[in-house]
Amino acid sequence: MDVIEEGKGGLFTDPDPDKARAFFRKKSRKMENKLMMLKEAVEKFVHDGDYLAIGGFGANRTPIAACHEIVRQGRKNMAFAGHTSTHDFQILSAGKVFNRLDIAYIIGLEARGLSQCARKYMQSGEVEISEWTNYSLAARLKAAAMGVPFVPTRNMLGTDTLKHSGAKVVACPFTGKKMTLQPALYPDISVIHVHEADVFGNCRIRGIMISDDDLARASKHLIITTERLIPNEEIRRDPTNTVIPYYLVDAVCEVPFGAYPGTMPYEYFSDEVHLQEWLKAEKNPEDFKEFLNRNIYDCPDNFEYIERNGGLAKMNELRMKEFLLHKEADNGGL
Amino acid sequence: MADYNTMEIMICVAARELEDGATVGVGTGAPCAAAMLAQKTDAPNLVIMFEAGGVNPILPEMPISVGDSRTFYKAVMASGMCEIMETCCRGFVDYTFLGGAQMDMYGNLNSTIIGDDYIHPKVRLPGSGGANDFASFCWRMMVLTVQDARRFVEKVDFVTTPGWIEGGDSRAKAGLPLDAGPYKIITNMGVMDFEPESKRMRVISVNPGYSFNDIQENCGFELLRAAKIVETTPPTDKELRILREEVDPYRYIIGR
Repeated sequence: MDVIEEGKGGLFTDPDPDKARAFFRKKSRKMENKLMMLKEAVEKFVHDGDYLAIGGFGANRTPIAACHEIVRQGRKNMAFAGHTSTHDFQILSAGKVFNRLDIAYIIGLEARGLSQCARKYMQSGEVEISEWTNYSLAARLKAAAMGVPFVPTRNMLGTDTLKHSGAKVVACPFTGKKMTLQPALYPDISVIHVHEADVFGNCRIRGIMISDDDLARASKHLIITTERLIPNEEIRRDPTNTVIPYYLVDAVCEVPFGAYPGTMPYEYFSDEVHLQEWLKAEKNPEDFKEFLNRNIYDCPDNFEYIERNGGLAKMNELRMKEFLLHKEADNGGL
Repeated sequence: MADYNTMEIMICVAARELEDGATVGVGTGAPCAAAMLAQKTDAPNLVIMFEAGGVNPILPEMPISVGDSRTFYKAVMASGMCEIMETCCRGFVDYTFLGGAQMDMYGNLNSTIIGDDYIHPKVRLPGSGGANDFASFCWRMMVLTVQDARRFVEKVDFVTTPGWIEGGDSRAKAGLPLDAGPYKIITNMGVMDFEPESKRMRVISVNPGYSFNDIQENCGFELLRAAKIVETTPPTDKELRILREEVDPYRYIIGR
């Protein structure tokens, strides 16, 4: 297959499946207790310079507590998958955690507005970038999960997005049609927030998967934050519900409300007031510094973060909202 | 005649494009409102899909994110990004609604940068998200936007998302799935389609109170005129009532 066209964006990871296999060959298959504190998991598995990916979708089932911990510990010079990233991107930009970036969706918080801090960082010239789409990054994770160097897709063709990506276009050997080859993306470290996990790392997720099944399989190291621990007997009672098997996982951290202020399906809805506070604080550097100190740098952990933003009473309110009970309780406004 | 605002007429006109039984990939905001309105008027069996994985939800309220819990509330399936985009790529999704900071006469969209230097842009925008994917795969792509010469430009600063590329058969030559592409552009002043041969944007209807010239004056490139330009049917009382009372009672979208 001759390459017809290729993007000039860089690849920040090696798509070679044999290198990945050599890594996975050495990864432990032992079903052992991987329970640890989030602080310890980030110390142990998130390193300066690594390629980082975050599960969920922006502010939906996203491991926000882990993003805070990564910023709190001052990780730098990482590469990052800006795949469906919104509030996670905003947090990691505030800490200038990454300087290489695969972009699909960044800066924005969807209907909520744009992060001034993230935009400023992206316009500073400090970040090396490569352009993709949400599906392209999902397909790249899928290729890695399949253990192959690329998968063909039919997007990006004819656009500047392709020109600034690391994808290549070839003619299909069967049909002659142009196909975009999406190179496998093997993150060094990923964090995924789940509903339930046992201490070994067998995980259950409710609601949409987004790309987390493939992300878990593509990642060399994987930290799981879970709303709650469940016994292994429960996993074995109903194995149909296991979406991430233990051998993909390096650390299991029980972090209730670990996706706050984002949404956790069937648990709690997003805290739109707090997300607006973020966007507002970013407009003034002094305010923002104070805001980050209060919520991240001078905040020891997620329990204290929750306390500082309304505590259990707030969590209960967001739970009502998730189950649409707020409509009966008040006027239903956000 | 009913009294309505800019956003209301755009949503009502868009909703009428979605026929019963069709599939549509939508984001948040006005497109989602249009799909919800269609379901509550003439297209009760319209299937809504969200890129994060929600399929055919019974939307209890306007979602804030394309991945929040509302996007799969009482849905038939809570899936993922690959499932949705691959369903689009297989040819199963009829419509999508997209937007952008800039659009050209072929419906190419820019949501990546403003400025001519990619490395040092004047403004960095969010990027494609799922827009490039939806526009590549869905049969008919539509845009809901305000008619503004700063948005309708001769040349977009960056082609994030494909329209008809350079017109004619250039989209097919680029290798994109055949016969899919931009379909209608719905603005506060009128509705445009794309002339079948040249694939250039063409005015087919004008909204009450506007003329072809109004649309042309608020467009940065020369528009084609359909042989017969009709007047857009304004929102009906029924459409407005459902939109205001059931689709967007807190005026998140129509209050903008």
